[in-house]
Amino acid sequence: MALLDVKNLGISFGGLRAVDGLNMTIEQGALVGLIGPNGAGKTTVFNLLTGVYRPTDGTILLDGEELIGKSPSQICQTGVARTFQNIRLFSQMSVLDNVKAALHNQVKYGLQGSLFHTPGYRKKEKAIDERAREVLRVFELEQFADYKASNLPYGKQRKLEIARALATEPKLLLLDEPAAGMNPQETAELMATIEFIRNQFHVTILLIEHDMKLVAGICEYLYVLNFGTELANGLPEEVLNDPEVITAYLGE
Amino acid sequence: MALLNSILAQLLNGLRIGSIYALIALGYTMVYGIAKMINFAHGDIIMVGAYALYVFVSILHVPAVPAVILTIAFCALMGITIEKVAYKPLRNAQRLAVLITAIGVSYLLQNLALLIFKATPIPFGSIIKVPSIQIAGLTISGLTIVTLAVTALIMAGLTLFVNKTKIGHAMLAVSEDQGAAELMGINVNRTISITFAIGSALAAVAGILYICQYESLIPTLGAIPGIKAFVAAVLGGIGSIPGAMFGGMALGIIESMSKAYISTQLSDAIVFSVLVIVLLLKPSGILGKLSVEKV
Amino acid sequence: MKKYGKQILGCVAAIAVYVAVTAAVNMGVMSRQMMSLIVPVCMNIMLAVSLCMVVGFLGELSLGHAAFMSIGAYAGALVLKSGLPTVAALPLAVVTGGACAAVLGLIVGIPVLRLRGDYLAITTLAFGEIIKSVFNAATPITGGAGGLKRIPPVTTYRNFTFVYVLMLIVIVLVSNLVNSRHGRAICAIRDNYIAAEAIGIKVSLFKTMAFVLAAFMAGMAGVVYAGNIGILRPGNFDYNTSIEILVMVVLGGMGNITGSIIAAALLTLLPELLRGLSNYRMLVYAIVLIAMMLFSNSPLRRMLAEKRNMRQADKIQ
Repeated sequence: MALLDVKNLGISFGGLRAVDGLNMTIEQGALVGLIGPNGAGKTTVFNLLTGVYRPTDGTILLDGEELIGKSPSQICQTGVARTFQNIRLFSQMSVLDNVKAALHNQVKYGLQGSLFHTPGYRKKEKAIDERAREVLRVFELEQFADYKASNLPYGKQRKLEIARALATEPKLLLLDEPAAGMNPQETAELMATIEFIRNQFHVTILLIEHDMKLVAGICEYLYVLNFGTELANGLPEEVLNDPEVITAYLGE
Repeated sequence: MALLNSILAQLLNGLRIGSIYALIALGYTMVYGIAKMINFAHGDIIMVGAYALYVFVSILHVPAVPAVILTIAFCALMGITIEKVAYKPLRNAQRLAVLITAIGVSYLLQNLALLIFKATPIPFGSIIKVPSIQIAGLTISGLTIVTLAVTALIMAGLTLFVNKTKIGHAMLAVSEDQGAAELMGINVNRTISITFAIGSALAAVAGILYICQYESLIPTLGAIPGIKAFVAAVLGGIGSIPGAMFGGMALGIIESMSKAYISTQLSDAIVFSVLVIVLLLKPSGILGKLSVEKV
Repeated sequence: MKKYGKQILGCVAAIAVYVAVTAAVNMGVMSRQMMSLIVPVCMNIMLAVSLCMVVGFLGELSLGHAAFMSIGAYAGALVLKSGLPTVAALPLAVVTGGACAAVLGLIVGIPVLRLRGDYLAITTLAFGEIIKSVFNAATPITGGAGGLKRIPPVTTYRNFTFVYVLMLIVIVLVSNLVNSRHGRAICAIRDNYIAAEAIGIKVSLFKTMAFVLAAFMAGMAGVVYAGNIGILRPGNFDYNTSIEILVMVVLGGMGNITGSIIAAALLTLLPELLRGLSNYRMLVYAIVLIAMMLFSNSPLRRMLAEKRNMRQADKIQ
């Protein structure tokens, strides 16, 4: 069974059909790209998958479990995590606390633990601290653990956002333009990191990206959106050479 | 018949108080629409207006009409100054910072008045001397007539001003998108100043009408009508001019009806409960637009 | 290690203050005015620290903190007046006061789930005004505008130890909370509620939690107030009281517990220390509020912050 199974997904804002009749199947462990020209509805798809918007029709099954009707926090607990196109870090909190916050549902203890710092609290907090540092180490951010998140340079902020999403231990990780604003060297590093986390954490990845080098370099399968509907899907080399796709990007 | 008369009398009462709320609410709403901030000090401009009128009429012995004009001008200037000194430096700051600053300005005005005029109430005779009229057994006081007439005129004028003049259009443009308006060559600073001037002038008119009704001055006199007008603005949907007018009138009527037929002591509780209930049902107010953060 | 150092320092400071105040009271070196301020200082610290949780950590402006305090004060006063022996009545009053305020906090919490920012601030203000008029109207229970009189004076400076311990409990609970799973969730909501939701934090639950906890603590402070002053009038808990607490939090540097404690103590003591200036107290508060906000957003401050960022960025590369 596929990890993610989207059928006939659609949403209207007033008269505007932002996404229409989208079908998408993602296998366990795959690394899939979602591409399309600006305004095609890519981020809207992410918002539908994570419960920010409620679709007007269709179904979204994750491991056979229906996601529609769940709140964003419930969907996260079901196993979908994401990053945002415009970085949304907890800017006043430390780098370490950003990741610790994401372990919210991974290591739990009650309010009495928080208020009275019980022995149970100490044990759990130690585990949280270790896990958070482990995740930071993967992204080479451990030495910045005590920095305020907003003080990190841009590229590291993007990495921290991925680290934070990964800390929730998702089955499916959604990356919204992870390479936006990065220089070629940073992008190359990022590609390596994405490959690495997929293999290390056994996570399935769906990413939106405009950088075709990145898309062609790491994605195993592509979906192309245009005007909210699916234009094409297939292997990268097929899709990227599809005349229809090229027309959608470049115009007639 | 007696009941009907009493209801009509209360309705008029409500419209009179509601007019004052509406005038103040317009200031809140216009400033919110353009500067995207709650000018908490707006209520205290009413107080400034009332004291200014008192100074002009009772101390400097200026005749009523020029005194009114001077008062309005003084408040408009005050509004512009407050914006320039306290709010302009915070235009790109956090909302919380702006709100706290506005609370600070409100406090500053109240306490300045307290230092200058002391806490003891100052009696002040109404400058509106219009005889009351009788219609079918219903007495309508001169003050009510003047209040309603002035409010109606101002509202009509304001609607025309915003929709028909160049400055009005500039205001609409800035409230829609400040950055884009600036790129289109609109002087944003000037537009914001004008908005504050108009809002404060309206508050001055409200202050004059208010003081002619209550005939006593204390430094905190602006607080309660200020908060209630704010409720009215929110009720009508903050940022919406017709909403402010509607909200003010509705609030005045609710208040006078609950005072007359339910309980004087609980009338404030009722007014604020209406606000809470409306916000729960429609978080952006009755005529307001809901702004959704883009993800 | 650094964390424990801070805790030890806190403990030492708490004990030192306790010893100093007790000694000063017993040796009679304090003036009557100063002695009468001991309990208000503790009470204001409780109020400021609890409001700090809402304004500083949750990032929502509450203009109705005095309402929570008033509920606690009236509920606690009624328990104190019930005739139970003080040993039983006082703890019971504190718990009842806190619980009643927490229930109100829960009710206020409902709009908190739907509203944000300015709308929320005004709703808390409205709640405060509603509570005040209800207390004014409910004369048979509250004594109305005339006041609820003859409350046993059980939390005056003679009972300093009890008040002080209560204050310490509030401080410790709030500081503990900040360094915990729940505290991080609350701060995450402040910084970015959309991202907080996306990492599995139930935003509405934690917002309500912050309001309810803050209300509970403000309610306990209200009981201390009632037992110190002996008479309660609805007018004592108006909008101005809420603003005074807010000033303490803002002056303390929003979200800084130690800052809130110092600011609360200073702002309670200052008017007495500078008696001649008492007329100007509120004026000074107003100027402090505006100046703090203008300074923290001034170009100068931003330049300093940018320089610091540059230095940190240099270290990173």
